[in-house]
Amino acid sequence: MTDAAIALTPPRRRARDRGARLRLWGYGLLGIVVLGLIWELYKALGPADGLVIADARILPRTSDLAMPHLWDMASRLAEPVTRADGARPLWLEIVLAASLTLGIAAAGWVVGVVVGIALALVMQRWRLAESAMLPWIVLSQTVPLIAFAPLVRSWGSRIEIGAFEWQDWMSVAVIASYLAFFPVAVGALRGLQAPDAIHLELLRTYSVGWWATLRSVRLPAAVPYLLPALRLAAANAVVGAIVAEVSTGLQGGIGRLIIQYAGQASGDPAKAWAPIAGAVALGLIAAGSVAILGLIFRNYRRAEATP
Amino acid sequence: MIHSTRRFATIGALGLTAALALSACAADTGGTDGGSGGSGGDELTEVKLQLQWLPQGQFAGYFAAQDQGYFEEAGLDVEIIPSGGDIVPQDALANGDVDYAIAWVPKVLGSIEAGASVTNIAQIFQRSGTLQVAWVDSGIESVADFEGKKIGSWGFGNEWEIFAAMAEEGLDSSTVEIITQDFNMNAFLSGDIDAAQAMTYNEYAQVLETVNPDTGELYTADDLTVISYEETVGAMLQDAIWADTERLESDEGYQETTVAFLKAVIKGWVYAAENPEDAAQITIDAGSGWGPSHELWMVNETNKLIWPAPDGIGYIDEAAFDDTVAAALSAVNESGASLITEEPAEGVWTNEYIEQALAELDEEGVDVFGEGFEPIEVELMEGGN
Repeated sequence: MTDAAIALTPPRRRARDRGARLRLWGYGLLGIVVLGLIWELYKALGPADGLVIADARILPRTSDLAMPHLWDMASRLAEPVTRADGARPLWLEIVLAASLTLGIAAAGWVVGVVVGIALALVMQRWRLAESAMLPWIVLSQTVPLIAFAPLVRSWGSRIEIGAFEWQDWMSVAVIASYLAFFPVAVGALRGLQAPDAIHLELLRTYSVGWWATLRSVRLPAAVPYLLPALRLAAANAVVGAIVAEVSTGLQGGIGRLIIQYAGQASGDPAKAWAPIAGAVALGLIAAGSVAILGLIFRNYRRAEATP
Repeated sequence: MIHSTRRFATIGALGLTAALALSACAADTGGTDGGSGGSGGDELTEVKLQLQWLPQGQFAGYFAAQDQGYFEEAGLDVEIIPSGGDIVPQDALANGDVDYAIAWVPKVLGSIEAGASVTNIAQIFQRSGTLQVAWVDSGIESVADFEGKKIGSWGFGNEWEIFAAMAEEGLDSSTVEIITQDFNMNAFLSGDIDAAQAMTYNEYAQVLETVNPDTGELYTADDLTVISYEETVGAMLQDAIWADTERLESDEGYQETTVAFLKAVIKGWVYAAENPEDAAQITIDAGSGWGPSHELWMVNETNKLIWPAPDGIGYIDEAAFDDTVAAALSAVNESGASLITEEPAEGVWTNEYIEQALAELDEEGVDVFGEGFEPIEVELMEGGN
């Protein structure tokens, strides 16, 4: 918001805005607390053996093995990862792994956004391209990651151009971008096609070219469609990065820790939950960062639409 | 006017793309001649080794060879590539992504029947490390007692020993309920599985480092009945080193590299046998996430599967290999599928390179038989810590 805009907003409304935001945070926090309460309540009162109907488990067991106490998970976070000399505390290990994954997901997100917007522009510009490409773009998301991941790694391991050598993390970023570009391409296309025909026709009567129309009408109109698409892309990129890490065996990320600590869940049940919590936090951070973009583009957010 | 500028831009873009593509090609031809050039000059030969799982004590010998500089002494620059869930070592090898791969024999037999051309050049694990673990009061004493029980298995090709052993007892997979196991033993500990699949070096230890809620102490070996597949006809050969069949036949540089690689790997495993504590630390440093006691247990149990090696470490015992093929032919899984339907063709294994490596090392005074091998005692701590 520009200074002029702030000056124009009445002070009372600004205060009300701040109150509303605080209340939102409060509700968010309350949601987490309620979730924790449900966990502990179920653990205390639920059937010890869970509930199984027709061989399908409906409710989990309440044992410490299946559902460790929240405070056990929290205190485990403060302890070192292992007894080994120089072992980092578990929370630090999680934070380090999560930041690596976040970095890879961010790279994947950027690539996905660029590719997605480029595809949307091409499809908007040429009707033929839209008919030719859109079905493939939709189809691309039906390829299972477990089939796709080894291929990407295999292709990547062959790329070596001069001093540039393909790194394993790039395979993961590519897979993340593969999941991220889809909502952006579809959302941006919807957005670019969103302006009223009357506006477009007006520009046409002025004989304004495609680029100028894009800049002055189509792109601003696309923002309300693009922002939710970018948020979806951020969440997808995180999921893609975590799954691809597991798939390709990349070291050091949160996906790897989830697998590693799952193997230790029998003797150390609380430990296995730490990277899962880390992954959840990661998704929230990624989606939250996109909200900052929303602040930058707030002047264009007249009505937010979902693609 | 607008039209002509647009056309100009298109041509420009095309030209740029072509230039980029050309320069990429040029750089490519310049960069790939190193390849598999043997150990001629002072340059190290690049070698990629694909593991079948995350770094852990099971692969201690390879990491020790790396850490102790045995690969470098042999003129090799080895990159050890861990696998996640979806990288299949023999497929990565057959695709040419890596130079060597570690994989279980039965799994690769399936891939070979499906068209992969890879060759077993060293049978590192001489014995099967697979167990089926049951509670001592479960009434399960042998494979014959599986009938009607809930039997755990990881799937993904790890289940064939179970079905081969059952086939010998006249049981087929329809007589038991196969439950897919997770990465941990929770399903077994919670009673969802009567007899769980476990490796001596990993999952068995996971049970022993878990607190029994009834006593407040760790479970002990006395709480468990252990069925070892090594003692059944279902036993199959496990970790072996696989190489690319075609390159073995035609590429002299690759043949030389293979012998040099095997020599370094053997030295790594000798080191792991003589210094299990150090080897465990090396794998932890290489990125294994296990606690120290679990890691040491793993290295020690892995050593037991390798040593002593009467024919020399890595030597492929034809009879054992044939037994694995026979077991693989007899096994039918729960969906009625067989692992393989006919015997693999000649050339699926060769002792040519391991014999050369063993002979050279023997001359150098390296103990490749480990006759005097004694495992150590490892005390597991809670959570493997």
